[in-house]
Amino acid sequence: MKLFTYNLLSLRVGVGPHGFPLHLQATKVHINPEDFNPDSVAHMIPKVEWVAFLEVTNTLHLIKLPKGPIHGHERDEKFLRKMHILQETDVLEGILQRPRLSFNWSKLISVIQMHCAFSTS
Amino acid sequence: MALPGPLNRYLLLMAQEHLEFRLPEIKSLLSLFGGQFISNQGTYGKSPFWILSIPSEEIARNLMKRTVCAKSIFELWGHGRSSEELYSSLRSYPVEKMVPFLHSDSTYKIKIHTFNKTLTQEEKVKRIDALEFLPFEGKVNLKKPQHIFSLLEDYGLDPNCIPENPHNVYFGRWIADGQRELIESYSIKKRHFIGNTSMDAGLSFIMANHGKVKENDIVFDPFVGTGGLLIASAHFGAYVYGTDIDYNTVHGLGKASRKNQKWRGPDENIRANLRQYGLEKYYLDVLVSDASKPSWRKGTYFDAIITDPPYGIRESTRRTGSQKEIPKGMEKCPESHVPVSLSYHLSDMFFDLLNFAAETLVLGGRLVYWLPVYTPEYIEEMVPSHPCLKLISNCEQKLSSHTSRRLITMEKVKKFKNRDQSSHLPNDHSLLYQGHNSFREKYFSGVTKRIAKEEKSSQE
Repeated sequence: MKLFTYNLLSLRVGVGPHGFPLHLQATKVHINPEDFNPDSVAHMIPKVEWVAFLEVTNTLHLIKLPKGPIHGHERDEKFLRKMHILQETDVLEGILQRPRLSFNWSKLISVIQMHCAFSTS
Repeated sequence: MALPGPLNRYLLLMAQEHLEFRLPEIKSLLSLFGGQFISNQGTYGKSPFWILSIPSEEIARNLMKRTVCAKSIFELWGHGRSSEELYSSLRSYPVEKMVPFLHSDSTYKIKIHTFNKTLTQEEKVKRIDALEFLPFEGKVNLKKPQHIFSLLEDYGLDPNCIPENPHNVYFGRWIADGQRELIESYSIKKRHFIGNTSMDAGLSFIMANHGKVKENDIVFDPFVGTGGLLIASAHFGAYVYGTDIDYNTVHGLGKASRKNQKWRGPDENIRANLRQYGLEKYYLDVLVSDASKPSWRKGTYFDAIITDPPYGIRESTRRTGSQKEIPKGMEKCPESHVPVSLSYHLSDMFFDLLNFAAETLVLGGRLVYWLPVYTPEYIEEMVPSHPCLKLISNCEQKLSSHTSRRLITMEKVKKFKNRDQSSHLPNDHSLLYQGHNSFREKYFSGVTKRIAKEEKSSQE
């Protein structure tokens, strides 16, 4: 699961109005040496929920980031290179958590089955 | 505001396949590249010859880098209903526009293209000779010419009634070919990982074009299956997401869909499919998830949603849940729990899909999906609607005498406010939706009836 994906996932049903962000406990993280495409990163940045993204970069001990997307980021290659972690950081194994609930996944493809316990709440 | 530049006329040579899908494709692509579609020819029905007015050759070239419905595009120098009319039209075409391509150190060749008639070599030579009045000064080079000119003759659409003289004659400078060869190079026959309902390569590209997919977009398929639609989007430079409820499909497990192959191989998955075409870098993630209970947060982040929902004919419609009532307080489930799937009504499925698209698409983003219909009962009002989504096109593909599927393209034109918005739909809409519920029953009842009929007539 890429960091960008993690930033889009939530629990839509049951507990709480948003269920976002989910707590991530990563046990296996892989950095893909993928081609850096500044345009693609620039296109992703406005779609990112920044606070949740800062949180996860801290939890995973990744690079330090500013408190928000910097002004004129589309042309700031240094910043875009940093933000490339959205695409190149792939969490291969870990647990996504909500209080009293957890899911884990493994291998390349994540299994997200979050709603199972919520049909009565 | 600056005045728009002069529009040049171009001739599009269309492929005679998927006729209904052609106009929305060209319109979508023109709106993507900044060109405008000007309908100056009345109808663009079944004819393979379309005249477009577009502001620049660059737009024409961009269009051809994407279209799978058009074969070639030409800069139109002359057009008439007979050869004589063509020649007089060519004489009035400004010479200064021709000269750059005809000067003495250039090489060229002239091609003859006829539709619905075959000409002899002699007839072709005669037609080329008749063009002598044009100021050709370059040398003829049949193998590697710098410029190719084409004379195109249209003998109508009826193969049983071929006229002596063409209905229309065109002459122009060839600019570019379309992407028809993608249909062959991405053919599912040669694809690594396929399923029972993998989409035909040509239609996958048409869907991506109707969806105005462009470089760096984020495209999502909520019923991803084996990922055929994602491949088309990735080919056009978009980054792709998919979800499917079928654990086995996402992980490439279980029985193979291919003849003479019993089980799926170890590396049959969507990522490997993209890798096969050198598109792996466009893979974001594929998740096992239920489209009826999406696990995506609020916000607008998909540039396009392109999908082929299951109709319950060759792949079943399912959602997660349990037949049994879950006792209260039982909120814990095992870590690796994969819920049971339930049948999922088609009407609910489309309702959920539109709502989801209205919520997560960026403004101007498009939803492209197939809607199965029972043809005798189909009326346009049956197509699900949503206040935030505008219907762009609706094209039919016949499946059998009594069923078809329609490719629906919608564009998000309004911000999504809240989830209750959709419930303001008029009541009769939900009644019409219910028609889809019984698509499966009708499909099979029709088939069984027909078989019974055929058996009866063969006995007599």
